[in-house]
Amino acid sequence: MAKSPTSAAQSLELPLSFIWRELRIGVLVCLGVAAFLTLLFGDRFWINLVYSLCIGLTIQALIETGRHGFDAWLRRRNPGAVNDGRRWPGWQIMVPWILVSVALGYTFGSIVAAGLTGTSHLHDSLLANNWRALAVIMPIVIAISLGTTYFFYARGRLAVTEAQVQAARRAAAENQLKLLESQLEPHMLFNTLANLRVLIGTDPPRAQAMLDRLIAFLRATLSASRTGRHTLAAEFDRLADYVALMGVRMGPRLASRLDLPEALRDLTVPPLLLQPLVENCIKHGLEPKVEGGLIEVRARRDGAVLELTVRDTGVGLPDGRPIQETGFGLVQVRERLATLYGREASLVIAAASDERGGTLATVHLPIDDPTT
Amino acid sequence: MSDTPPLRALIAEDEPLLAAGLQADLAALWPELQIAAVVGDGASAVEHALALKPQVCFLDIRMPGLSGLEAAQALAEDWPASAPFPLVVFVTAYDQYALQAFDAQAVDYLVKPVDRPRLAACIARLQARLADRTPKTDALQQSVDQLRALLGATAPAAMQRLEVVQAQVGAVVHLVPVGEVIYFEAADKYVRVITADREHLIRLSLKELLPQLDPQAFWQVHRSTVVQARCITTARRDESGKVYLSLRGRPETLTASRLYAHLFKGM
Repeated sequence: MAKSPTSAAQSLELPLSFIWRELRIGVLVCLGVAAFLTLLFGDRFWINLVYSLCIGLTIQALIETGRHGFDAWLRRRNPGAVNDGRRWPGWQIMVPWILVSVALGYTFGSIVAAGLTGTSHLHDSLLANNWRALAVIMPIVIAISLGTTYFFYARGRLAVTEAQVQAARRAAAENQLKLLESQLEPHMLFNTLANLRVLIGTDPPRAQAMLDRLIAFLRATLSASRTGRHTLAAEFDRLADYVALMGVRMGPRLASRLDLPEALRDLTVPPLLLQPLVENCIKHGLEPKVEGGLIEVRARRDGAVLELTVRDTGVGLPDGRPIQETGFGLVQVRERLATLYGREASLVIAAASDERGGTLATVHLPIDDPTT
Repeated sequence: MSDTPPLRALIAEDEPLLAAGLQADLAALWPELQIAAVVGDGASAVEHALALKPQVCFLDIRMPGLSGLEAAQALAEDWPASAPFPLVVFVTAYDQYALQAFDAQAVDYLVKPVDRPRLAACIARLQARLADRTPKTDALQQSVDQLRALLGATAPAAMQRLEVVQAQVGAVVHLVPVGEVIYFEAADKYVRVITADREHLIRLSLKELLPQLDPQAFWQVHRSTVVQARCITTARRDESGKVYLSLRGRPETLTASRLYAHLFKGM
């Protein structure tokens, strides 16, 4: 089934409710036309109404059939085209089709209405070659047909836009949730708590210190999605918290070095940008390695470019194969960089080139802080 | 009961504090239990368990090198018939998938952080099982059943099927249709690909290869062997429960471990 409410209602799977929605508007328009004609020409209202309904609904049926028919035909011919669920083949097809529908519908509707009412009405003019009356009626009918079609077109477009906005909002919320989930990875959280539980019994001051780290990390994680930027100093503090928590867990297997030059402390970066990279290094590089290793985070300035590197001396990338880019952490870092800096920022993951082995992640950001 | 051997346990846990914590809690709740070894990775767990023959093993699931599940699998395959197989308790921080599979036939399964009452319940269960153990009761068989369920639960989802194995030798790549492969054998970080007349090495672990093979056609019969079913001519079982397979087109016999012996039953 189609996803958006519009296309669901307009698709042929729900013909009854679709016909009912269309009919409501069609009948309303016909009532208006009948009233207008009664005022204009002074005929009896009910006769005008029968004519108006017969002609109007026939025209509407023709237009709508054409709209769906042409749309389906176009889509069959061109299956690659984007389907926005509107069922709209374009004005260049619809305007001629509306004119054809008006001509056919007017003729057919007049004949039926004349039969129903037993009158030889004004509308016989078409058959009687009364061109003057026809010249008054026709533009009105065409204008109403175009107007009603435009109304359906605009309504469809509005509904599609709304559905797109909804979908975008949903995607954003889902992403936030996934971001949070990836940072509060249950395995990490429960292992940390298990360690805390042991420390409370054996080394309360150390337990307290660990708890402080955990609190700072959780606070940063929960507000990371809300704040736009924080300083590089704050970023490194949060990384230090995370590495310290992991250090308690891994013991001597994890060594770390965080290197932030004094001059770069006040530059701003998106919060917890590097955390997924550090987490990857630990999770995929160091944790699987029996003897563990070193994690190193550095910041360096090169003109107007800020270079941030995260490297480990772990098991390294699976050899001979491209880096797995499907992990949510990396995808998320890339997306944030692209959103905030466009093509000016980059993230490269590669095997570390020196003899210590492991993986090296390099982020390049433009420095846009005028104060430095 | 005077000549009962001392009760010994092995703890395999890569986080030192948690290992120490478990050791301390066990000492408090089950003082008769000696901790024979505390190790931090799966390979050491296997090595020490085989050497020390403890009655109980606490295995963390996520460990460097071999995981707890793989370590238990290795133990089940290499355990000598002379000693009773240890009761295995798995420990993990968060692995729901295994929990479900485990429900059916657990010796036990602990979720970290482990509180004292939960650990006490685990100890009671272990004690009951140990007391119940007539000399030849099959803890091994129970562990084997349990592991089979766990390994099944953790099996990776089916990937795209491999049609042709590509083995590189220098600048030449040999293409071997999967149907011609008689068996695959893990060799360190490589897999040996054996056909009727040739042998190739591919840079891929058996674990990575397995989901790409059709499980109907290729049977895992050992933690390091996957064989094409239609190439097996006979399966002969010995008294220890191991099964020996002879092959069509190859002179050697393969060993199917106890874990996979159930594949070979008369119809």
